[in-house]
Amino acid sequence: MLNIIKRIRRTGILSDAPPESDQPEARVRGIHEHLHRVFGRALRIRHVDAGSCNGCELEIQALTNPYYNLEGAGIAFVASPRHADILLVTGPVSVNMEEALKRAYDVMPEPRWVIAVGDCGACGGIFGTSYATRGRVGDVIPVSATVPGCPPEPMALLQCLLHITSHPGQP
Amino acid sequence: MSLELIAQEGRRLPANVPARRVAVDAQQWTAVARQLQEAGAGLFTLWGADDRDRDGMFHVFAAFLVPGELVVLELAVAGDRPVYPSLERGFPVAARLQRAIHDLLGIRADEGDARPWLRHGGWPEDRFPLRKDFDAATACPGVSRPYPFVRVEGEGVHEIPVGPIHAGTIEPGHFRFSVVGEKVLRLEERLGYAHKGVAKRFEALPLLEGHRLAARVCGDSTVAFSWAYCAALEALAGATVSPRTASLRALALERERIANHVGDLGALGNDAGFAFGLTQFSALKERMLRLNREVFGQRYLMDYIVPGGVRSDVGPRTVRLLLDEGVGIERDVVALRAIYDEHAGLQDRFKGAGQLTPSIAKTQGAFGLVGRASGIEQDLRVTMPWAPYGELRPTAALRMEGDVAARVQVRFDEVMESLRLSRLLLEQLPQGSTSAPVAAVDSDRIGLGVVEGWRGPVMVALEAGAPSAIRRCHVHDPSWQNWPTVDHAIIGNIVPDFPLINKSFNLAYSGHDG
Repeated sequence: MLNIIKRIRRTGILSDAPPESDQPEARVRGIHEHLHRVFGRALRIRHVDAGSCNGCELEIQALTNPYYNLEGAGIAFVASPRHADILLVTGPVSVNMEEALKRAYDVMPEPRWVIAVGDCGACGGIFGTSYATRGRVGDVIPVSATVPGCPPEPMALLQCLLHITSHPGQP
Repeated sequence: MSLELIAQEGRRLPANVPARRVAVDAQQWTAVARQLQEAGAGLFTLWGADDRDRDGMFHVFAAFLVPGELVVLELAVAGDRPVYPSLERGFPVAARLQRAIHDLLGIRADEGDARPWLRHGGWPEDRFPLRKDFDAATACPGVSRPYPFVRVEGEGVHEIPVGPIHAGTIEPGHFRFSVVGEKVLRLEERLGYAHKGVAKRFEALPLLEGHRLAARVCGDSTVAFSWAYCAALEALAGATVSPRTASLRALALERERIANHVGDLGALGNDAGFAFGLTQFSALKERMLRLNREVFGQRYLMDYIVPGGVRSDVGPRTVRLLLDEGVGIERDVVALRAIYDEHAGLQDRFKGAGQLTPSIAKTQGAFGLVGRASGIEQDLRVTMPWAPYGELRPTAALRMEGDVAARVQVRFDEVMESLRLSRLLLEQLPQGSTSAPVAAVDSDRIGLGVVEGWRGPVMVALEAGAPSAIRRCHVHDPSWQNWPTVDHAIIGNIVPDFPLINKSFNLAYSGHDG
């Protein structure tokens, strides 16, 4: 137990950097503060992998590490789309996931946003459209914003969250 | 007919490991497979090809892992009566592979499970996407059909359906639990949700661009798959990569292994209620990814391996930086391992959970990390080393218990070994170029690329078409071998332990679904 406490103390708070610096940590903090002002501690995200290669998932998971500390800003991933404000969708929508994705979207309460994550989600990526994929998420459900990248880095995801929540009037 | 057939008639197959190819008839197919099984060989993968435009036939290929080499059996199957002898009896992994071959090509094994596997109703059952006369752009309206799960009958038995969307940032798949109270009597998986038509997509790409798609078959194993693809292509082209390229590729592969294992160790702690583990290990992983970004230009090393070489070289300052990083990671992992080992609550959850006994692992043909945690001593870096692993002499991790604790220990052991290998690679980095020309490739030849990724062995079987086009490309992830073993490991455990047990396997969905 003592070892654990010593280690926690030595690790410190990794996401906490001086606000005036240009380090990514400072930007993380700025985004957190903004989201907090808009949403209090109530922004909830449901992620749906609609056929991704698992690359985008790694970066979405990274959002919860101590450097990006999403949960520290009161933004949490939830287990049901019924509890979510934002649907984070990855992958070129596979034919086999089309129905599940539509159902997840349909049960979300209003207002809701959909973010299509990654090159595949934004435009179909290297997989495009085929017998097995419908391509970009926007062709299956209405999309509010896209985050290109293969996979997009956590900072790009955070910035998209900032953008979408600053312009709540959009779709 | 016997194994002598392979010795007499086997032709060398272009590959980065010793490999031979033998054409057999239907009777030899079954007989040789049985003898290979008796000799302890494992079935690596199974794939089919539509060659009716060439000789009016389909072909089925079975790649076996024999000690020291790969043996590929090739069976021609009549175009108008596409049936071949099933390999399911001797090799359980064949069951789902054969179902997938039928869904994509319409050639059927003569016995065994005939339910669709990758086709969920997204295309008609009489249309086969991998046939040459199927237009890749064909889009069919999805028709959802009920899937006949195996029912467990008995007093108090009920079913819990889970997925395809899971309660977390995880890939899609469906699990059907039959339970009594909290105890799992049976688990049946249904996969294929992430099927993106990778094999068909390959056929629209030039040979020299296929590595980009290979890198996206399974995002967490991007180095392993892109290396396997490039190795297959280079073998076909007769190109030799420089020792420096080989070393940098191995460095990338070991970094991929370390990053994934470290991430899993954190997630496993978290799934056992020890959030401290997730915080520590995920911070460690993030630091590694940031250095990857700085040094290799991409956090997960995607597209770092290219035909004939690697995308960027490293300078002496970078080598120093990576060596220093290795020292830091090792120090942290050793400290965290001691904490994990001594934490009674954590070990209580790990020990005995999700046990895959060595005998079931052997019968099922478990691969890679999962196999090594259940007493199967197989690591291609050791048993079938390709450059530069022959000189590196890696040691394979091995545990006999087969439970979550064993899979945790294998990960710790492999992180330590990969750190040692990374240090050796950096200290002895050969001089030379990091790009070699990959010349024109003769059409109608098959090349293999085999790499021990962090999950286990991955394979790319690449057939060149004319000119510089991909005629057929089959990719194989070890999750095909290991998914069915989860069904065994979960029996008798309680439902709430499933996330922990499943995480300890951490198998691929996209890599499997293709």
